[in-house]
Amino acid sequence: MAAGTATATGLRAPVPISGLRDISILRVAVITALLLLVLFGLPILNSNFWIQVNTQVAVYAITALGLGLLMGRVGLVSLGQIAVLALGAWVGARLLFATGVPFAVVLVMTGLITMVLGTLIGLPALRLSGLYLALVTLMLAGAIAVVLASTDFPNGGSGFLGHQEGGTEATSGAGTAETIRRPTIAESSDSYFRYTVIATALMFLLVLAHVRSKPGRAWAAIRQSEPAALAAGVNVTLYKLWAFALAAFITGIAGGLLAGENGVLFNYQFPTEDSIILLAVVLMGGIYSIWGAIIAGAFMRLLPELLNNWGLPADLLIILFGVGILQVLLTAPAGLIDQVPKDLRRLGRFLKRQVRGSPGQSADAAESG
Amino acid sequence: MIEVENLEVRFGGVTPIDGMTVTFPGGTCGLIGPNGAGKTTFFNVLSGFVKPAAGSVRAYGEDLLAMADFRRARWGLRRTFQTEQAIEELSVYDNVAMVHEHSGLSRASRREDVLGALEFVGLKMNPGTRTGTLGARDRRLIEVARAVVGQPRLVLLDEPAAGLPDEETVQLGEVIKRIPDHMGGLVVLVDHDMSLVSACCQTTAVLDFGKLIADGPTEEVLREEQVMRAYLGTENGA
Repeated sequence: MAAGTATATGLRAPVPISGLRDISILRVAVITALLLLVLFGLPILNSNFWIQVNTQVAVYAITALGLGLLMGRVGLVSLGQIAVLALGAWVGARLLFATGVPFAVVLVMTGLITMVLGTLIGLPALRLSGLYLALVTLMLAGAIAVVLASTDFPNGGSGFLGHQEGGTEATSGAGTAETIRRPTIAESSDSYFRYTVIATALMFLLVLAHVRSKPGRAWAAIRQSEPAALAAGVNVTLYKLWAFALAAFITGIAGGLLAGENGVLFNYQFPTEDSIILLAVVLMGGIYSIWGAIIAGAFMRLLPELLNNWGLPADLLIILFGVGILQVLLTAPAGLIDQVPKDLRRLGRFLKRQVRGSPGQSADAAESG
Repeated sequence: MIEVENLEVRFGGVTPIDGMTVTFPGGTCGLIGPNGAGKTTFFNVLSGFVKPAAGSVRAYGEDLLAMADFRRARWGLRRTFQTEQAIEELSVYDNVAMVHEHSGLSRASRREDVLGALEFVGLKMNPGTRTGTLGARDRRLIEVARAVVGQPRLVLLDEPAAGLPDEETVQLGEVIKRIPDHMGGLVVLVDHDMSLVSACCQTTAVLDFGKLIADGPTEEVLREEQVMRAYLGTENGA
């Protein structure tokens, strides 16, 4: 049988071991080209203001990546991720004020400290799931927000709870407060943007490396069925905590980057309800592909600024996101990252049919084009 | 050899396993009984999902119940589920490989063991195929491959042929029959379909209302009157 011999040789041929499956040269080339375009194209095309917006998009893309990892890979709903981001920003800011170590080292330290704190937030996940886990993490996020508000979000000065009055030139024009420092190689908006994008790319690679290896396979098993995962020898407790730890680590790094971007931190930058908005944009971007997080980041930070720019109230987004969620849940459960390429292919086929159906028109189009 | 003694499981006022004592000597052993007899609960005890109220389970002389649930795979316990649990998101290869890597087996032999298990169950498609795209029969076979990869000591099969047409059930039976010779361990097959059990199992135990009502060579057990009665019911009541 022809099919039989084909598969028999298929067995002997190198098996596409997971991890290398999707990495074709073309794919890597496209991603690299896009990254270079973002790194060098955007700063040229955009004003200072929009570059700062884009830096925030990158920061929130990392945060969205963390939530997407928890939801899409492991099946854990956390509504506390913005609180984790706030913790990261706070830890980063304190470390940057208190120490003189290089920015990159502070970022890694921030990630590690936030990882410990964020894993604590994940502890209820060992007993709860679904709606109850979402509720508990939301409560924890609220509790963190209360602590941050009552301590007036330590933002500078000396001591563990250092606080300084007044804003900076950028925020209030008073210019009395000392701003959070940036890396020496990336003081300007453009270079800090590039720094952030590279850090973001590294976080995506870190998550990709996890998803494509042993933890990723364990998470896939847990998401489908915890009993089946246990029966396969997966230490479910360990891998759930591992997911929370990884999400908190990258979100901590995002927080550190945000601290450097903002210069001064205020607790109102991290409202608890942002965790719910984050859930909405992550769902719309797509939770089953890590690249959906980039769309989520853009929805979270770029869209509000665009609306402002067009003279529309940014609150309109809450309604738009509501409609968007409905659309995604009903027609595109894998999110825009999955749906848009599909729709484009469908459009391509439709156009091809149109062209083939009426050759005269296509000739006209070719001439006019 | 698996020795179960006075095993008792209680869920509130219900006692799905009520003083079960049985020995599974080796080879492929059947465990049958009507719906609600406690078959799956027994498997869940062996897997560590359910903590028994009393009793002991010794497997090859070791106290199975003292082991943490996820460590039992490392010890050599594997199982399949009534509703098949092949992981849709992963490829066929990864489905089997993940059991191998989480059972503490050597990375060097992984590829060979995984491909060997796929070949053993007769899965001939490209191992890179995504499991979510496959049909019921192939997914069942993937589950069996997951259960036999890397020389397990005890394989629990929970209605492995549920939902399969007769012809495919016969093929699956052929695979199940070969498992003990292939890996040298012990297979316990739960089913309420007699044809698969009588085709595969040398010995069979019968559960009814959480109690062992018959035990011995499959042929004889299936002819026993009380077994018929448990299955069909009589005017005397069971």
